[in-house]
Amino acid sequence: MASNAAVPFWRAAGMTYITYSNICANLVRNCLKEPYKAEALSREKVHFSISKWTDGKPEKATLRSDSPDE
Amino acid sequence: MLRQASRLLARAPILAARARPFSTDLPAAQSADATFTEAWAKVIPNMDPPKTPLSFMQPRPPTPSSIPSKLTVNFVLPYSSELATKEVDMVIVPATTGQMGVLPGHVATIAELKPGVLSVHEGTEVTKYFVSSGFVFIHANSFADIIAVEAVPLDQLDANLVQKGLADFTSKLSSGTTDLEKAEAQIGIDVHSALNSALTG
Repeated sequence: MASNAAVPFWRAAGMTYITYSNICANLVRNCLKEPYKAEALSREKVHFSISKWTDGKPEKATLRSDSPDE
Repeated sequence: MLRQASRLLARAPILAARARPFSTDLPAAQSADATFTEAWAKVIPNMDPPKTPLSFMQPRPPTPSSIPSKLTVNFVLPYSSELATKEVDMVIVPATTGQMGVLPGHVATIAELKPGVLSVHEGTEVTKYFVSSGFVFIHANSFADIIAVEAVPLDQLDANLVQKGLADFTSKLSSGTTDLEKAEAQIGIDVHSALNSALTG
């Protein structure tokens, strides 16, 4: 079994498949006509809260709502 | 002893060939969880066992002995199910190895998709989607599961944005320094040129 089989260029550059797939999907969404573009971009918005934990207790949580990024 | 050895050798392959079917011919899946219901009956004989996820799912149809006349397609996206067990004549998927036509009776295949056009042929009508990337699983029983991250009908694409994107990424490729930047620019060029040929072709 060839373990050095030809890898895709994105994996050779250190990118994972998920990252590649998300980049492709974002590019396609950016090429949509309105109003489809607005729907698609709003569908992919994520909101999440992050909190660091120390000594088994969470510190103050920060609420982030980044626009979809790879 | 040598005679016995040759007899044993002659016996083993015949048994193996008869008893082991192809790994792609899957048996029909069961629709109820037999071991769970037995274990439940042993412990709580008076109550009916709860339904397990297996009983909610439709069992996998067995591989028919003759090629079916229609291909059953499931085309799903993360946010919606475009086609659900739809019976069609043929689908053409944009695999990384090229446009692949899938007819009923296609050999079981797993293919990675590249950005391109997916066309579903049913009778005389053809429905086309532009797929960003994904996978297609073709099963031996003429079921095809196409999963994509993003798929849009071609008329929702804006040609001007596609051209602009193509020009942008072509310039980014020449100005990129790190491998990662160059890879991203190359992805941009691939996707946009696929979009372009989908709109013009």
